[in-house]
Amino acid sequence: MKLKGWKEVTQGAVITEAGNAIEFKTGSWRSLRPIWKEENCIQCLFCWMYCPDMAVKVEDGKRAEFDYDFCKGCGICALECPGKKGNKAIIMEKEGK
Amino acid sequence: MGRVVAVTGNEAVAEALRQIGPDVCAAYPITPQTDLMQRFASFVSDGKVDTELILVESEHSAMSACIGASAGGGRVVTATSGPGLALMWEMLFVASGMRLPVVMPVVNRTLSAPLNIHGDHSDAMGARDSGWIQLWSENAQEAYDNVIQAFRIAEHMDIRLPVMICLDGFIISHSIERVEYIDDQPVKDFVGEFQPVMPLLDVEKPLSYGPLILTDYYMEFKKAQDVVMSSKVKDVVLDIAEEFERISGRRYGLFETYRLDDAEIGIVILGSAAGTTKDVIDSFRDRGIKAGLLKIRLFRPFPYKEVADALRHLKALCVFDRADSFGAHAPVFTEITTTLYHHEKRPLLLNRIYGLGGRDYMPEHAERAINELIETVELGHVKIPKEYIGVRE
Repeated sequence: MKLKGWKEVTQGAVITEAGNAIEFKTGSWRSLRPIWKEENCIQCLFCWMYCPDMAVKVEDGKRAEFDYDFCKGCGICALECPGKKGNKAIIMEKEGK
Repeated sequence: MGRVVAVTGNEAVAEALRQIGPDVCAAYPITPQTDLMQRFASFVSDGKVDTELILVESEHSAMSACIGASAGGGRVVTATSGPGLALMWEMLFVASGMRLPVVMPVVNRTLSAPLNIHGDHSDAMGARDSGWIQLWSENAQEAYDNVIQAFRIAEHMDIRLPVMICLDGFIISHSIERVEYIDDQPVKDFVGEFQPVMPLLDVEKPLSYGPLILTDYYMEFKKAQDVVMSSKVKDVVLDIAEEFERISGRRYGLFETYRLDDAEIGIVILGSAAGTTKDVIDSFRDRGIKAGLLKIRLFRPFPYKEVADALRHLKALCVFDRADSFGAHAPVFTEITTTLYHHEKRPLLLNRIYGLGGRDYMPEHAERAINELIETVELGHVKIPKEYIGVRE
């Protein structure tokens, strides 16, 4: 993306386009990657509720894949996941492994 | 023509604010606030102005509330003094960085310690780099006139920056002088309706003020801010002064010169001490000594070219500062030196610090400086570049 010059920026750094955070892909910050193991998922949606970045997608009321464009890898989903019979449905793996 | 009254500088400024009737005023209601705000609060309580007055718990909060109200889309004013301005520090930069046209009379007082409540320029000179436009006043009339013009300067569409109107603590703020008030309607017509730019309260166009701007963009915003200060403000200040002259009969510029054109030695000063200095210059002129004066009105942005053109013909020049930068030259002196450096023919320069903590500035201080200038011209070099004046050994 070409960065704007000083003549092009808005007065006083006011942001005039609502919802433009979607253009700022924060997923590159991640050092740990959450992996969803569907076989252990009980569809409690705790991960969806706890995710601070809305990076857990839900389709038709059911858990869907992570949005890795915005997941920063904080791991709160993995921590909160109750899993099934002692097996977590979300585990954290090192990026680039 | 309006009314001629005997009032203090604070009364005159409060009257200007009543006539203008800003939408919002957020102010800290106790010391170090002066009776400027007390008088304006009385106008609000008595229903003489319909400004929303917000009494806050600190000066930091006062400026914060002004920033919010200004971003919201209102015409906003506050006032402060000395340590109050110091407590606003962080938020001064936010107001200017967000390009918000907040107007603030500052009753110039010193900073502790030792604890002292009297007048000097330490407060506003400390805020010189905060991105605010600074207009300085010699007397109550100028303070009143500067406040009225400040709204037009701040709110000009090419500028949109906050303006500080400086008036010397006690000497101007608390002394009674003759002041000519303009009638309410001409003042209201001159200032006009407030035109918001990107107001937060416009729900049809949602906006965010105050975003995080990191290494990739911060300098672009600062450059844009400096370009406005450096290249736009001077012309607007002069245009508005010309328009103001038509309703008041009083002429303002970027600075005032007094018997300077044919002078050989000169004094640069700002604020109330200029009046005393003019009298002393007259007495030297009576004795055939060609002395003159330049009184700064617009200190930020600093009109380098114009000031240099007015001063460079002098043989010697003394810059008076009512604030110090300890271990360095004082703020007005550094500006004068900076601008004259670029001219091959330039005066020899002295820096004299006077009137700190409200110490009286006496005619003999100006006399001593002019005698030193005469001696400097004879010697052909400067003996003591920086010195305190009116201080006991």
